[in-house]
Amino acid sequence: MVAVTLWGSLGAAAGGQSKLDIEAKDIRELFRKLAEQYPAFEPLIDRGIAVAIDGTIYRDTWSKELPEGSEIFLLPRLAGG
Amino acid sequence: MNFDPRYSGRNFSSVGTRPIRPDGVDKVTGRARYGADFNMAGQLVGRILRSPHAHAVIKKIDTSKAEKLAGVKAVITAADLPDLTEGDAAMYDILDNCMARKKALYDGHAVAAVAAIDARIARQALKLIEVDYEVLPHVTDVDEAMKHHAPLINDAIFTEGLEEKPVKPSNVCKRTQYGHGDVHQGFAEADTIVERSFKTEQTHQGYIEPHACVASVNPDGTADLWVCTQGHFVYRQHCAQLLGLEASKLRVTSSEIGGGFGGKTHVWAEPVALALSRKAGRPVKLVMTRDEVFRASGPTSATSIDVKIGARKDGTITAAEATLRYSCGPYAGMWAEIGAMTAFACYKLENVKTVGYEVLVNRPKTAAYRAPSAPMAAFAVESAVDELAKEIGMDPVDFRIKNAAQEGTRASYGPVYGPIGIGPTLEAVKNHPHMKAPLGPNQGRGMACGFWFNFGGQTCTDLNIGMDGSVSLAVGTVDVGGSRASLSLVAAEELGIDYSHVKAIVADTSSLGYNDMTDGSRSTFSSSMATISAARNAVKILRERAAQMWDISVDDVAWENGHAVAKGEKHGNLGKLSLKEIAAQSGKTGGPIAGHSELVADGAGVSFATHICDIEVDPDTGSTRVLRYTVVQDAGKAVHPTYVEGQYQGGAAQGIGWALNEEYIYGKDGRLQNPGFLDYRIPVCSDLPMIDTQILEIPNPNHPYGVRGVGETSIVPPLAAIANAVSNAVGVRMTHIPMSPPRILAALEAEREG
Repeated sequence: MVAVTLWGSLGAAAGGQSKLDIEAKDIRELFRKLAEQYPAFEPLIDRGIAVAIDGTIYRDTWSKELPEGSEIFLLPRLAGG
Repeated sequence: MNFDPRYSGRNFSSVGTRPIRPDGVDKVTGRARYGADFNMAGQLVGRILRSPHAHAVIKKIDTSKAEKLAGVKAVITAADLPDLTEGDAAMYDILDNCMARKKALYDGHAVAAVAAIDARIARQALKLIEVDYEVLPHVTDVDEAMKHHAPLINDAIFTEGLEEKPVKPSNVCKRTQYGHGDVHQGFAEADTIVERSFKTEQTHQGYIEPHACVASVNPDGTADLWVCTQGHFVYRQHCAQLLGLEASKLRVTSSEIGGGFGGKTHVWAEPVALALSRKAGRPVKLVMTRDEVFRASGPTSATSIDVKIGARKDGTITAAEATLRYSCGPYAGMWAEIGAMTAFACYKLENVKTVGYEVLVNRPKTAAYRAPSAPMAAFAVESAVDELAKEIGMDPVDFRIKNAAQEGTRASYGPVYGPIGIGPTLEAVKNHPHMKAPLGPNQGRGMACGFWFNFGGQTCTDLNIGMDGSVSLAVGTVDVGGSRASLSLVAAEELGIDYSHVKAIVADTSSLGYNDMTDGSRSTFSSSMATISAARNAVKILRERAAQMWDISVDDVAWENGHAVAKGEKHGNLGKLSLKEIAAQSGKTGGPIAGHSELVADGAGVSFATHICDIEVDPDTGSTRVLRYTVVQDAGKAVHPTYVEGQYQGGAAQGIGWALNEEYIYGKDGRLQNPGFLDYRIPVCSDLPMIDTQILEIPNPNHPYGVRGVGETSIVPPLAAIANAVSNAVGVRMTHIPMSPPRILAALEAEREG
């Protein structure tokens, strides 16, 4: 079980919650379960969500494991120049 | 990913040296081929007709006269680029920006295009296209666009992110919020509070090379595109989607690039060139004029930002708050959101709140510009931080050191930081001789910090070893700042050979797997990771081949300093085999020797910089002169220090132009008044001092060599550092960028009048 914090505007997709507890071993499973539990997440995941695991931001490594007790923070996928 | 990216710590022999770049001779002798330097047999000249109105309904377009003109081979409108985006809103916006469909949304918006046998006929043809416009009221100012009576740009836009679902459409397409703690409580604990409003004007990336391409669509559905871009694989995806082509049948070749800085990260005219070629049945070359580049491509947001920061007498910040309004052009964006995330990222704050508003205006579609959105937010925050330090009576560097984020700090955008470099850059600035140098009359010194995220992304690389032992390295990230040199150094390092034996190229989209574009300061970070992986795969094969040549087990073969070495007492009489010797026998030991890598490079690691600026202001004219400028930034590991320094200097130079001169100026008619380098003045060499640099190397734990991105952070602090310097020189807080002479004189006059 990992505790996931959602950035401000993402909370609306989870019924106004800013923190969720999800049973997930990696980013792929986290996204799958988010989409299952909160269908409003699906288009947001398609559009792009980055996952910060203990401060390190992952954009595309969906196989990245979510260590028990780690801080998981969902952020928008950003543009760069 | 079958590759361990963790930082290992090692001594380097090639990485960290400063060899001459492989593309250097071609560039200084004029042989390098940029976007407009490619030609195909029978190619036509493409030209685009652009709206003279800031906001207008396109009632009818009559192209019949243009089509009848001798020498015209194709005329297209939005009807020739049907909507194939299947609900992808971002791609639809790109399509509409390439060719207006129902409305022209800004001065310069494309409405039609022609392909003709020469430029003269193409220009004549544009004049023969009749467009019936219904001119609408327009709005170009970000604050005006938010007012309830402002002309509505898109009646299908309802503000996202509000607690209550809006019932009326708005020019504010999104509200976002970041932060933690309780700012009201924090401000109540403050002894001193600074509250200010700031504005920054819209600027262009100012790349010297205009957008340029040659497109050729064949009757069998295959196509070629030669183009100046930061990401040819991304351009392939965009063009294939917008034109209904199969991506694998569209080969995109990236030319040398004369600057991009974020402005060449999505398509502008390339789908138009392909559509013209498809209709004409001939190749089409399309090169934007400078006027078109300014009016219809690239600019960053104009902004309006309110900042409030409170601190105790001991210098501890108790609360920080900002409201950021960023213009997006006429299409939805996330520019204010990025500003809201980065604004206070340098600081350790218990109570922080930022709110961003994305605002539609009748200006060109906002594009990324080097650490997009962060420089404007830093300008506002770092100006207020400087003022607060003064009011408390603390040195501005010491004030920042006291409040700087560190490992374990919760970032204002959410997560907790790992190892970061803001503290070391501040300590380096505090001890830098620049901070102790004397100043003369009318001179001021300013400093400021900046933050940027940095990204990685999808990356694919091939490394091939020739039979003569030379190495060719094919990468898919466009080289905008010397990455071919850096990646050659990395390949040389891994293989244990000399840099001069490695030749790096940027491969086309048919020769390599997909690569994300060169943005987010990712090119050297990501492609070096892929190059290390490819080289290690090649070394595995080199060891196998050496084992064959010696007829021993590969487990007994190690790779040391460019040689296969037989390990173990029983092989004591075997000499080393060099890479060259193994390569020479490759035809007899299993064929070509190569290493391949495809991976997602993630964990780029955030980046911080601190800048110092000395400036002199003429109080009679308001003109300014930058006397001295110093950049201190964490690079993780500088693979090629000269190009790291070049990135630092380039970002600072662009920031100086942004801070002091550059500005989109719109008339009351909504038309851009200064679409050229004469009236939109970027700094030239004579405007700038030698920009000093200091590279800090705090290894990124998520890269084998510790590399971080370096390309963008250097543009984040300059606006604020220069504003602080000017404010200190004239004794008036400057709150509006650019600080052009009229604006400085107006500030001085307002101060005199009280």
